[in-house]
Amino acid sequence: MLIAAIIALGAGTYAIRLSGVLLRDRLELSPALQRLLPMAAAALLAALAGTAALMAGTEFSGVARPAGVAVGALLAWRKAPFVLVVVAAAATAALLRLAGLP
Amino acid sequence: MGTVYRTRARPRDVAALAAATLATGASFGAITIAYGLPNWLPSLMSIVVFAGGAQFLAVGLLAAGNPLAAVFAGLLLNARHLPFGLAVADTLGPRWRDRLIGSHLMTDEVVAFTLAEETPQARRRTYWLVAVALVISWNVGTVLGVLLGGVTGDPDTFGLDAAFPAALLALILPSLKDRETRLVALTGAALAVLLTPVLPAGLPVLAALLGLLVLLRPRRPAPATPEEPSHQHSGPAAPSSGRN
Repeated sequence: MLIAAIIALGAGTYAIRLSGVLLRDRLELSPALQRLLPMAAAALLAALAGTAALMAGTEFSGVARPAGVAVGALLAWRKAPFVLVVVAAAATAALLRLAGLP
Repeated sequence: MGTVYRTRARPRDVAALAAATLATGASFGAITIAYGLPNWLPSLMSIVVFAGGAQFLAVGLLAAGNPLAAVFAGLLLNARHLPFGLAVADTLGPRWRDRLIGSHLMTDEVVAFTLAEETPQARRRTYWLVAVALVISWNVGTVLGVLLGGVTGDPDTFGLDAAFPAALLALILPSLKDRETRLVALTGAALAVLLTPVLPAGLPVLAALLGLLVLLRPRRPAPATPEEPSHQHSGPAAPSSGRN
């Protein structure tokens, strides 16, 4: 049963991924509509970042994580190297937790 | 525009993400074992599913004895890969081998890294570089987590839960220079956050696509001062003239 569930989830996920790639051929998109694809992707990625930054399950995640993400975002906005963004975000959240914040 | 911020994925950038992915993969392996699920399960899942969020969600439901819910919740969470597939299809190109393998390796981070590139060649190279780096680090991490168990600790202790959203933000930031993209993305993200308490996991992120509706708003709601007459394209997706 466990194996069946994992195979089903894997096969379904693969079908979703592949169908997007294959569907692109079938869709005759005007240049205006083609421009919406990266915008849609940006909206999804921003939503992933926003929900992952602020929420844990259906509740607010606590202070440490959004604070870490905010430090990372600020550095990214100031054109800091990507590595620094990632490390500073993690370090900020880790240090705040060490200090006892949720 | 031009060469603003990281138009090329540098090896050390990819390495940073791979390191975080390895650590998160290890926590996935360790948590799964801690749930009392069998030793082989985490690796099988990391190989055939290869989607971190869905895997964490699914093992929780499997451990609770609810395999059907695990499948459906995981698939709902992964539904966003369909629009991602549309967005990166051109990058994967027409070869079946690339499409079949590349599709399986598609993740949020791969898509974000890829779309941050400007030229088709850079996108293609970046897609495969990041995809291969992440599939290796995720699977190695999973095995390490199973072997080391609780030693790897809670990833939140190291702030890894803050690292991934920060990385995604850094990667989409250049695209947000475009005014319309910024409006769509911020509206979508706000919708997703607001809907997270009320919708099952996966749907709030999909709801971010509703952010595209802001493009339908009437253009330039009559500012008092006459503007430069360059913006008379009628379509909602007319190319914006570049700067903000």
